[in-house]
Amino acid sequence: MTSFRSLARAMFLGFRRDRGALFFTIALPLLFLLIIGGVFARQSTPKSKVLEIGSVPVVDQMPAEMRAGVDKSLKFTRISDRNAAVEKVRKGDYSAAIEQSGDRVVVHFSAADQVKAGTAQGQIEGLVQAANQASSGKPPKYRLEGQQVEDKSLKPIQYITPGLLGWALASAGMFGASTTLVTWRTKGLLRRLRLSPVPIRSVFAARVVVSLGVAMVQTALFIGVATLPMFGLELAHYWWMAIPMVLCGVLAFLAIGMLIGAWAKTQEAAQGVTQIVVLPMAFLGGSFFNIDDAPPWLRVVSEIFPLRHLNNGMLKVLVRGEGPASVLPQMGVLLGFALVATLIAVRVFRWEQI
Amino acid sequence: MPNTIVATDLRKRYGDVKAVDGVTLAVEEGEFFGILGPNGAGKTTTLEIIEGLRQADGGEVTVLGRSPWPRDPALLPRIGVQLQASSFFERLTAREQLRTFGSLYGVPERKADAMLETVGLTEKADTPVEKLSGGQAQRLSIACALVHEPELVFLDEPTAALDPQARRNLWDVLRAINTEGRTIVLTTHYMDEAETLCDRVAIIDRGRILRSGPPAALVRGLDAATRISVVSGVLGVDEARALPGADDVTDDGVSLVIATRDPSSVVAALAGRGALDGVQIKGATLEDVFLNLTGREYRI
Repeated sequence: MTSFRSLARAMFLGFRRDRGALFFTIALPLLFLLIIGGVFARQSTPKSKVLEIGSVPVVDQMPAEMRAGVDKSLKFTRISDRNAAVEKVRKGDYSAAIEQSGDRVVVHFSAADQVKAGTAQGQIEGLVQAANQASSGKPPKYRLEGQQVEDKSLKPIQYITPGLLGWALASAGMFGASTTLVTWRTKGLLRRLRLSPVPIRSVFAARVVVSLGVAMVQTALFIGVATLPMFGLELAHYWWMAIPMVLCGVLAFLAIGMLIGAWAKTQEAAQGVTQIVVLPMAFLGGSFFNIDDAPPWLRVVSEIFPLRHLNNGMLKVLVRGEGPASVLPQMGVLLGFALVATLIAVRVFRWEQI
Repeated sequence: MPNTIVATDLRKRYGDVKAVDGVTLAVEEGEFFGILGPNGAGKTTTLEIIEGLRQADGGEVTVLGRSPWPRDPALLPRIGVQLQASSFFERLTAREQLRTFGSLYGVPERKADAMLETVGLTEKADTPVEKLSGGQAQRLSIACALVHEPELVFLDEPTAALDPQARRNLWDVLRAINTEGRTIVLTTHYMDEAETLCDRVAIIDRGRILRSGPPAALVRGLDAATRISVVSGVLGVDEARALPGADDVTDDGVSLVIATRDPSSVVAALAGRGALDGVQIKGATLEDVFLNLTGREYRI
């Protein structure tokens, strides 16, 4: 037991002092989270900008109650030169320009951004209707009442957090395992350990325990940062199921990494092959975008990557609020990946360089 | 005395190459045994079979009375193997490294630290292994092989690429270990090293042992000429040739060199003529034996 502990300690110190590994396993994914999360967090539908040519009474004289509603989607700017106004709309700097002469209200718009132009037109139409109705002096016959329902659609931060975390775990696990194994073999550490009385499975177990510990740190940091107010991730009730989920995922990644490390003869080969697996896996596994938006055949292909199953399970427990039992299939698949890859790795494994 | 290692007719081939082709050797308890040979001679493979890292295709080997293959966890704590100087855990300091290896054998930290002192690395205890010099790394690697106080120690070219000071320094360490009663098996291609350190050597080439015995006996067995040199000019070449026992004489303008198999007569004759200025007497060395046995052509 003491030898197991000190092996784990040695490997942990080796990791902690490796600035490159720290950067790639912790700093870089967090940086991605900060950037992507930050970009999406600020994203709300921007207001349509509308130019007011000269004085436009339907706009200037609308009731305060209505003004508050309109200001949510339109921003009026006054301008005196009509030609300049139309030119600005043409260039796409403004969604529309509005002018009024007597009872006639004219809206100039371009088809550059149809959504914004449409919003502006609709709002202005509403303004004109309201002005018409007010001038008739009768109370309105129909009233429109809006009731907001709770928003259950996934916000970007909600799928980006588990996705980027999954990517970070996959790179750390696979690069860690594959390059460690090759380094140990090429440097002769593997044969040196083979000549010690410690069972070789303890050596590997120590490495696995260190990797699982590192994965826990990555997970804690990720969730910690994503739940900061500025990113606004809200954890679902069974979020703690993410812990066994992550452990299963990391076991699968380590097993694949060991398989690569068992096969590869050089450090370069190990890194190259790992990269070839990690990058497509991160994309198709749904780490960088929501894979549900992808075409059906691609979704089928993505099932061959363990990261897809980890991301699925993490979404369920971390943000969708599904119960612990809902991720048992995902955990089973990940453990299956781990088992199969380990069995192949044991067969491919070589002690010596030649 | 009981034999620590008994190897009989070891054979190992890689494809068409017979790396080890019938090696038989015995190493006694407490002996300092050297395995010499040019690159690719089969030294390392022989050593790996004895250590239990490779299985022989044929022949038998026992180490401390047990078979090293398959891996025997009861035998492993009794042997210590020094591999290349880079076989370390990455980014650990010298002290952490030694403590980690110690812990694999249940050695307490205090004892591991004492071993650091033995190899003279106490000042470098907190230095990461990547920052140690070649000699320091080599000494640490030897300390890692010795930390569990094995009865039998294998050293594979321990002084390769060391400067002369570091080599001498390491020799002292190795002698001290041997004096404690441990058996040492060393491979090297420095003949002076083998001659100074080893009780017995085996010269191996093309997978076979060509000669084995104490270095001095091998040198004597060579029956090579002794070379006596004096300052050029104290004696003419012809005069020197006429000396009793002189076989061959050369003069390069700096030294007059007389090759002889009867050095006493030559020295006596030179002394009689008062011509012993700057005299140097060089006998044959293990290197001569080695080159005589293995030839002088380049090996790849």
